[in-house]
Amino acid sequence: MEKIGAVMVVGAGIGGSQAALDLADSGYKVYLIESTTSIGGVMAQLDKTFPTNDCAMCIVSPKLVETGRHQNIDLSINCEIQDVIGEAGNFTIKVLKKSLYINPEKCTGCGVCGRECPVEAIDVFNEGLANYAATSVKYPQAVPLVFAIDKNYCIGCGICQGVCKAKAIEYDRKDEEVEINVGAIILAPGFDEYIPPEGNLYGYGKYKNVVTSIEFERILSASGPYAGRVLRPSDGDVPEKVAFLQCVGSRDYTGKGKPYCSSVCCMYTAKEAVIAHEHMHQIQPTIFSMDIRAYGKDFDKYIIRAQEEYEVRYIRSRISSITEVPETKDLRIKYETEDGTVVEEDYHMVVLAVGLNPPNDAQFLAEKFGVELNEYDFAMTDIFNPVQTSKPGIFACGAFSSPKDIPDTVTQASAAAGCVNQLLHEKKGTLITEKTLPPEIFVRGQPPRIGVFICYCGINIGGFLDVPEVTKYASNLPNVVLADNNLYTCSADTQTLIKDTIKEYHLNRVVVASCTPRTHEPLFQETIREAGLNRYLFQMANIRDQCSWVHMNEWDKATEKAKDLVRMAVNKARNIEAIERIKLPVTQKTLIVGGGISGMVAALNFATQGYETFLIEKQKELGGFARHIYNTLEGGNVQEFISDLIEKINSNKLIRVFTQAEIEIIDGYIGNFKTTVIHGSKKEKTEFEHGVVIVATGAKEYQPTEYLYGQNNKVILQSEFEKLLNTSNDINDKKSVVMIQCVGSRNDDHPYCSKMCCAEAIKNALLAKQKNPNVEVVVLFRDIRTYGFKEKYYREAREKGVIFINYEENEPPEIISEGSILKIKLKTLKMGEITIESDLLVLSAGIIAKREDNEELAKMLKVPLNDDNFFLEAHVKLRPVDFATEGVFVAGLAHCPKTIEDSISQANAAVARACTILSKDEIEVEGKIGEIDMARCTGCGMCIDNCAYNAIELIDDRRFGRVAYINSILCKGCGACAGNCRCAAIDIRGFTGEQIFAMITGRN
Amino acid sequence: MSFEPKILGFLCNWCSYAGADLAGVSRIQYPTNMRVIRVMCSGRVDPKFIFHALELGIDGVFVMGCHPGDCHYLEGNYEAITKFDMTQQFLKFINFDKRVRLDWVSASEGTRFGEVVTEFINHIKELGPSPISGGNPDEDILDKLKAIKMAAGSNRMRALVGREKTLLGSENVYGEQIIEQRFNILIDKAIKDEFERHRVLLALEKDSNSVKDLAVELNIDPSIVLEHVLTLKTRGQVDFQKIKGNTPIFMRL
Repeated sequence: MEKIGAVMVVGAGIGGSQAALDLADSGYKVYLIESTTSIGGVMAQLDKTFPTNDCAMCIVSPKLVETGRHQNIDLSINCEIQDVIGEAGNFTIKVLKKSLYINPEKCTGCGVCGRECPVEAIDVFNEGLANYAATSVKYPQAVPLVFAIDKNYCIGCGICQGVCKAKAIEYDRKDEEVEINVGAIILAPGFDEYIPPEGNLYGYGKYKNVVTSIEFERILSASGPYAGRVLRPSDGDVPEKVAFLQCVGSRDYTGKGKPYCSSVCCMYTAKEAVIAHEHMHQIQPTIFSMDIRAYGKDFDKYIIRAQEEYEVRYIRSRISSITEVPETKDLRIKYETEDGTVVEEDYHMVVLAVGLNPPNDAQFLAEKFGVELNEYDFAMTDIFNPVQTSKPGIFACGAFSSPKDIPDTVTQASAAAGCVNQLLHEKKGTLITEKTLPPEIFVRGQPPRIGVFICYCGINIGGFLDVPEVTKYASNLPNVVLADNNLYTCSADTQTLIKDTIKEYHLNRVVVASCTPRTHEPLFQETIREAGLNRYLFQMANIRDQCSWVHMNEWDKATEKAKDLVRMAVNKARNIEAIERIKLPVTQKTLIVGGGISGMVAALNFATQGYETFLIEKQKELGGFARHIYNTLEGGNVQEFISDLIEKINSNKLIRVFTQAEIEIIDGYIGNFKTTVIHGSKKEKTEFEHGVVIVATGAKEYQPTEYLYGQNNKVILQSEFEKLLNTSNDINDKKSVVMIQCVGSRNDDHPYCSKMCCAEAIKNALLAKQKNPNVEVVVLFRDIRTYGFKEKYYREAREKGVIFINYEENEPPEIISEGSILKIKLKTLKMGEITIESDLLVLSAGIIAKREDNEELAKMLKVPLNDDNFFLEAHVKLRPVDFATEGVFVAGLAHCPKTIEDSISQANAAVARACTILSKDEIEVEGKIGEIDMARCTGCGMCIDNCAYNAIELIDDRRFGRVAYINSILCKGCGACAGNCRCAAIDIRGFTGEQIFAMITGRN
Repeated sequence: MSFEPKILGFLCNWCSYAGADLAGVSRIQYPTNMRVIRVMCSGRVDPKFIFHALELGIDGVFVMGCHPGDCHYLEGNYEAITKFDMTQQFLKFINFDKRVRLDWVSASEGTRFGEVVTEFINHIKELGPSPISGGNPDEDILDKLKAIKMAAGSNRMRALVGREKTLLGSENVYGEQIIEQRFNILIDKAIKDEFERHRVLLALEKDSNSVKDLAVELNIDPSIVLEHVLTLKTRGQVDFQKIKGNTPIFMRL
């Protein structure tokens, strides 16, 4: 069957959107199918995100807008999958597009229908905490901004049809069935939260002041039901004492909840507690938890900050009961402390950290797509490739395959895209269409001829200010050739009108006074470009969102303000010029630094797609960190996997491997790097060019100085124990093995969790028990962090008799060596001081960064490291494998401690991100960027400091000597340099000093 | 008629402009006095923009960006802070520092946007009209503002402010850490000196003058005026014109 160069992505949360964008940017046609009426998923519901406390909406909405208007993405909302046939490379999917009863082509998103709707429905987005109209969008910034009628609530009164001036309401609109032909499918339906059933232990549903974490998230949100004030539902008071209960519906073996760990609740709870206290200082959060599973990058630091700076109190306990105090509606919590005392405390509000369930329609999706689910109804995935489902050509990303947080979801989304690249590369670019545009009219030097279009937006603008008056005013401004008003300036017929007007009146600048440029500027820019004008000869005045809507009762003043805004826009328009976007060639070759699993997976992916790849390894042989690992906790054979990879690498003609190699120099920038490598025992020198770089240099195992390691041969590392178990039968004559966790992790020197030591310890404990059922295995731990489905093995280990004993950071175990006997002394809360005799002490040593190597490479690539000397990505949430420096990516342990599966995902993700560059012959540079007037520049170099993107350097110019130079490929146009320049030599195209001065003058 | 101040706002595209849009979508009502200029980043706001607006008689200027840590351009809002701090310090000389404000509004803080704008407008209403607005501006203050504009735009001030984040945040060219207190003393002194020097320059632009008469005109101690004049001479901006009796007369070059 012939392969198809198109992909279907099912589910348009942050994962689905990322996968769609990566593929669309790499030359594939993408069908993005969403079951609800807008994209963004759960992330759009969040207030802030950990560990940076970034505003979720601020960081997600630009991505959603990009998804919504990408010309290679065909977005369909309110859809249902009907039928799927075919195989990898060629699938046909029947999709039912359910009617919105509103014509999306005509709907302008103005929202009058919702305001006039007499029916109050339940606001699902705000988790039922507020009311809504039956005609609605999910949230104000929704993409696409198309309203929908919820037939479950609509009473059919017909009012909205009357008030909709865009004539978009169509009650007789029918469902539509379409057939879509694609080469691959990515499933990203996300998760559904656990909802405590009726009669639950926590009183959820019975007591008003018991809410779930996602409800609390909406309570925290500035755009939520209480406008960001933390109030409790029973009486609207600020709750001072708030209890957060962990593991609600997770790690639950009673059958009422789920047995696995939901992975994200420990962190989101810490975040919610921190944000609650930050919003209102009188709030004192208390968190009841079993283990604190802060296993991700910089997570432990966040927990420490929560405790130290935000007065968050942690209690290690699972509560035994909650009752409501009838008079106050407060909640009385009964729990047992670690030393066995039973305590009763009253709280004003209780937040349940509910777990992540598989999506409610998981079974349905599995059946339709023919993929298998695991024992918990999540998508079953390959043991080494967590995005590969049981069916070739169908991939899964995000929480559909296991509970996970945003960065892991985004990484997997890109990883799935990376795997699709591998499958469909030969069909890249076959199904996308490029628009043919007329040549641009040359306008430089011509006197401005400005056309102003003013929008009524139905009654949204026209109902609150005098549009004809503003139009008349605009028509008398200097250089304005024509001012006109339209019922909807954004409607399709107005676009034709604008184009005709440009031609008829020979306009060379266009101003639109309507809504916000953030959503509508690209549309109008496209229109004027179609009429032959450069797309930058455009300016907008925001007279709706920032005028008519916020001054609804001040007709005269709002009209005055609108006139001013139009005048300011016209003033700027008079000064704008056409901007040409530069294009640069891309060298379609790749460099991968580091030949461990991440590096090798990335190299193979690139080579499969036909990209020549240079793979550099410092050691004599490939394999990296994983050479010391025999199996994964889940049973994957690591040694076999590595030899297989090495064999494939060595037999691939497109991959050039350099071992014993060091980089002498890396020069250049995105698309155009040049690198010199010294390699081999003879120190040969090789130079080559490439378009992208992946940093996969790995990390190393901590070498302990504590617990008599190196002094007593009975004290060994976990990796040495693993070797002993897998290559000898020495375990058979051992009576007792003690393991100590967090050796060289979570302390002052290394204040982070090494993520895999808990799993390694449990894996080896189980193997030891299997080989010698009589051996006693004791694990001394601080928190057991078997997140996700790894929880199963923790339970299995306990069932098989492995003993787990908790110790505190400030009271570590004490080791006493008496002749041939090792004694381990430990203070415990429950049993007091205990002493264990052991004939083997195994230290779970953490993972630490290769500091010197990383510092050197970071300097060469101009990328940052974090405090722990791991590489620091561009954005911890949404750009987990990118660097701020474009064209450079990171994968594997170089980024932070992680499992083999996660490293593989990251490697494929880095490849997908790189393919968005490599798939093009040339890259087009953003137009609104900085430029330097060399005649004015004194070469002081201050701008270099100001630039967060390393886009500026000093060069020696033939005429001007030492001057600053802006690399237009790296510049993002923020303008920090221009605002500081001492000699006014820097300006930002599209936001020049002249243009801004003209606007300021226009204000007066 | 009550005083309706003219307010100008510089909003960054990614957070505060989006927050302003959300205020609209949520129909948050606030007074009409502010006009907004959209910039991509609050770091783009050149102090010159603010001075220019005040010179035109605008009563208040509001700069808004993403919350610290949230900047779309990684750290542009930190750049905004250093520039704004300097701007405000200069404006203290003419008691205008309360007429400018820097604040953070995120894309989801529509309500807060309305609140901070309303609060700022009310605050400016309480301050009353700018003394340089209207048909009869206070010439003394206007002159001082012109001196401030030039001083803040001087190479020296821009160099200090432009380097501030690097010097305090990481290290200088010797790999040393600059103590914040030391840097602040330096910058405070530079602000005062450059303000006075540019006043001297402006005064000499109108007419050549002696140190003593300049001191009276500008109400600055003559010994300090002398220091300034000599510094300006080494900068090539003023020179001796003639000696009248025992008193040298200086002129603007």
